[in-house]
Amino acid sequence: MPSFPGGIHPDDCKGQTRDRKIEKIPLPDKLIIPLSQHIGNPAKCKVKVGETVLKGQVIGDADGFVSLPVHASSSGEVTAVENSPHPQGKRSPAIVIKTDGRDQAVKEFGLQRNWEQLSVHELIQFVKEAGIAGLGGAAFPAHVKLSPPPEKKIDLLLINGAECEPFLTADHRLMLEQSEEILQGIRILLTILGLENCLIGIEENKRECYEALVSGIRIKGLSGIKPVLLPVKYPQGSESQLIYSLTGREVPSGGLPLDIGIVVQNVGTAAALFHGVARNIPLISRVVTVTGAAVRKPGNYLVPLGTQISRLLEFCEADLGRTGKVICGGPLMGISQPTLDAPVIKGTCGILLQGSNFSADTEWGNCIRCGRCIRSCPTLLLPVTIAALSRKDRFTECREYGLLDCKECGCCSFVCPAKIPLTHYIKLAKYHLLKEQHQQNKSGA
Amino acid sequence: MPKLTISSAPHIRAEHSIQSIMLDVLFALLPAALAGIYFFGLKSLLLIATCVITCVAVEWLYQNACGFRITVSDLSAAVTGLLLALVLPPQTPWWAAGTGSIVAILVTKQFFGGLGHNIFNPALIGRAFLMASWPAYMTTWAQPAGLYSHDWLSLTDAVTGATPLALAKTGQYTSQIDLFLGSVGGCVGETSALALLLGACYLLLRGHIGWQTPASYLGTVALLSWVLGENGFFTGHPMFHLLAGGLILGAFFMATDPVTTPLTGKGKIIFGLGAGILTVVIRKYGGYPEGVCYSILLMNAVTPLIDRFTAKRRLEAGK
Repeated sequence: MPSFPGGIHPDDCKGQTRDRKIEKIPLPDKLIIPLSQHIGNPAKCKVKVGETVLKGQVIGDADGFVSLPVHASSSGEVTAVENSPHPQGKRSPAIVIKTDGRDQAVKEFGLQRNWEQLSVHELIQFVKEAGIAGLGGAAFPAHVKLSPPPEKKIDLLLINGAECEPFLTADHRLMLEQSEEILQGIRILLTILGLENCLIGIEENKRECYEALVSGIRIKGLSGIKPVLLPVKYPQGSESQLIYSLTGREVPSGGLPLDIGIVVQNVGTAAALFHGVARNIPLISRVVTVTGAAVRKPGNYLVPLGTQISRLLEFCEADLGRTGKVICGGPLMGISQPTLDAPVIKGTCGILLQGSNFSADTEWGNCIRCGRCIRSCPTLLLPVTIAALSRKDRFTECREYGLLDCKECGCCSFVCPAKIPLTHYIKLAKYHLLKEQHQQNKSGA
Repeated sequence: MPKLTISSAPHIRAEHSIQSIMLDVLFALLPAALAGIYFFGLKSLLLIATCVITCVAVEWLYQNACGFRITVSDLSAAVTGLLLALVLPPQTPWWAAGTGSIVAILVTKQFFGGLGHNIFNPALIGRAFLMASWPAYMTTWAQPAGLYSHDWLSLTDAVTGATPLALAKTGQYTSQIDLFLGSVGGCVGETSALALLLGACYLLLRGHIGWQTPASYLGTVALLSWVLGENGFFTGHPMFHLLAGGLILGAFFMATDPVTTPLTGKGKIIFGLGAGILTVVIRKYGGYPEGVCYSILLMNAVTPLIDRFTAKRRLEAGK
C-alpha cells in the first residue's frame, strides 16, 4: 500500500465510537457563534443585540476573499455580541443567540437546486455563501481552494477520508451513512475544477467505508472517482502526506498543493458542500465524535455549531468529576480546553475527555539522541535540533532547519523516550519568528 | 467547575521511556554476560557486579552531592557498568575495575552534564583509561575454563595466554568455531559472537538500534582486512577479523550508543565506515592487537562534525 516517510503507529482507540450511528443532539438553549471559524479574516457581524434571527440566516458577512459568512444555527434572539471563549484557546468576538426552541428556518432553507445546470462561477458562489470551511480541522475556506489562480493548472482532486487521529470516528460514520452525499459533493467539486479524476484516501481500519463508497460508485455508474486504501499510520490525513501517499508528488517548501496541481478536500467538506450547493443548507451543524474513558454515552453526534462543549458533554453524560483534560480535536493535534464554555465550531471534529491517561507534560528527561523523532518526522526535519535551538532562543537558526515546514503533527513528541515536549518548543519558535517578522514588516513599512 | 489540565499537543505518548530502552539493552547484553561467566568463571561475575554497582553508586552520590535530580533509575549507569565489565579482561583486579567505573561515570558522563551530554562512550573511556594506567593488567589474558573445569570457582590467576588477535600478529589463526562460540582468550563479554548476536538481534527487532552502523562497520572491516592481507593484496581473513576481538560487541553495542554517535542514517553509515577503517589500520599497523575501542572513541569525537554535514534533506524542499 502507498505510504509516506516517517509517521507513527499509536493505538487507534476508535472502538468506543466506530459503530455508533450519527445521532442528533437536542437544541441547546444558547448558541455562541464565533465570527472566526475559519482561517482568514473573521466575518463582519451584521446583527444587533435584540434582533430575532432564523435558522440559516446570515449573521456575519465574509470579509474579503479568504473569509466566510456565518449563519445562525437555529432561530432565536441575539442576546450579545461579545468576546467569548473560542476552542482555539483565546477569546474572540462571537454572536450569542438565545434559542426559541422553534428551530424556524429562513424561507429558502432546504431549497433543492439542480446544480448540474449552474455555471462554475455560480457553484463557487454558492460554496462560499454556504460558509463551507474544511471540516478536517484546519478550516480553510473551501471556495479559495476551488478558485486557483489561472497560471496554476489543477489536474487532480484528492478527497481525504483518512481520519488518522486516534479516537475520532466522525468521518468514518459520515462515509458509511452519507456516502451518497459525499459522492455527489465530489461530483460538484470535479465540475468546479473541470476535472475527471478523483482519488479518495481511506485508512485500512475503515475498510467498510471503502466498500460503501465503491458500491455507491458502482450503483451510480460514476467513473473517475476511485477510493484507495492506505496503511494505518499517523499523520496519513495531513494534506502533504496524503498527496505523497496517493501520488508521490511533494508539496514544495512554503508552497501549497495547488502548486503541484492538486486540490485536497475532506470527506466531511464534500458532504457539506453538497448540502450547501444542492440543498441550500448552509454549514450550521457538523458531526462531532465525543469519546474518552469518562464519557458514559460516547458517540458521533450531529451538533449545531455554537453549542457549548459543556452542553454537549452534559448530553453525553460525561463524568466531569474525574476529568483531567478536555481536548478539542484529536489527541495528537487537538487543543486542551481551559474552559468548557467554548462552542463547537466548523473545525471541531471531536471532543475527547480523559482522566489520568492523557500525558500532562510535567517532567521530562535529557535527550539521549536516539533519533526516533527524526525517523518519525513526516516532513523529514530534525525535530530534536529545532527544539534545542528554540530552547536557546535561536529562532532564526530554527528557520534554517526548516522550522516553517513543520506541520505540528506531534509525531516527534509522541515517540520521544525522554518525553521532551518537542512539538511545543517548535511551535514556540514559530510563534517568536513570525512575531519578529511581523514587527520588522511594520517598522519597515 | 471541574478541574481542567491544559498542555500543548500531543496529548498521548508512546509507551517506551529511557528506562524501558535501557532495560532492553541490559536484557540484550545478558547472553554475552552469561557466556563470559561460563567461559571465565566466577571472577567474571564479580567483575560485572563491581562495575555495575560502582557506576550506579557513583552516579547517585554525585547527583546527591550536587543537588541534581537523581536519575539512576533510568538504568543508563547500570548499562555503562555492564558494558565496561564486558570489555575488561576477566582477571582485572576489582580496584582497577572500580576506578575505571568512576572515570566512566564521573569524568566522562557527569562532568559533561549527565546522560545525553557526554561526547564519548563512558564505558570505552573507562577501558581506555585503564589501558593507559595499568597496561599490564589489561593485556594479561585468562584462557577460557568452562563450567566443568575445577578452575571455574577460582578467583586467583588462571592460566594465561594470548588472544586470537595477538596470535594472528604472529601468523597463527584460531579456529572460527571457537571464535564464534567464544571459547578463546579475551575480555569477559566479547569472545562469544553467538551470544552477542542474539542480543543484537533483540535490539534490532525492538528498534533500539539501526542496521546502518553495524552493517557499515562490519562491512568495512571485512573488506579492508581482506584487501590488506599479510601475503599481499586480497589475501586477508575477513571472517577471522569479524569474529575476533571486540568487533561484534563494539559494532552492535558501542558504535550504536545513541548519545555519542550520529543522529541520521547517513551519518551512522559514515560513522561505521570511519570506525571500520580505523579498526583495521590499528589492528594491522598499530601497536595494539585490537582497534575497536579507539576507533569508536575517535569517531565519537567527529560525531558533531558528521551530524553537521548530514542534516537531512527536507521532504518539501522542492525539486
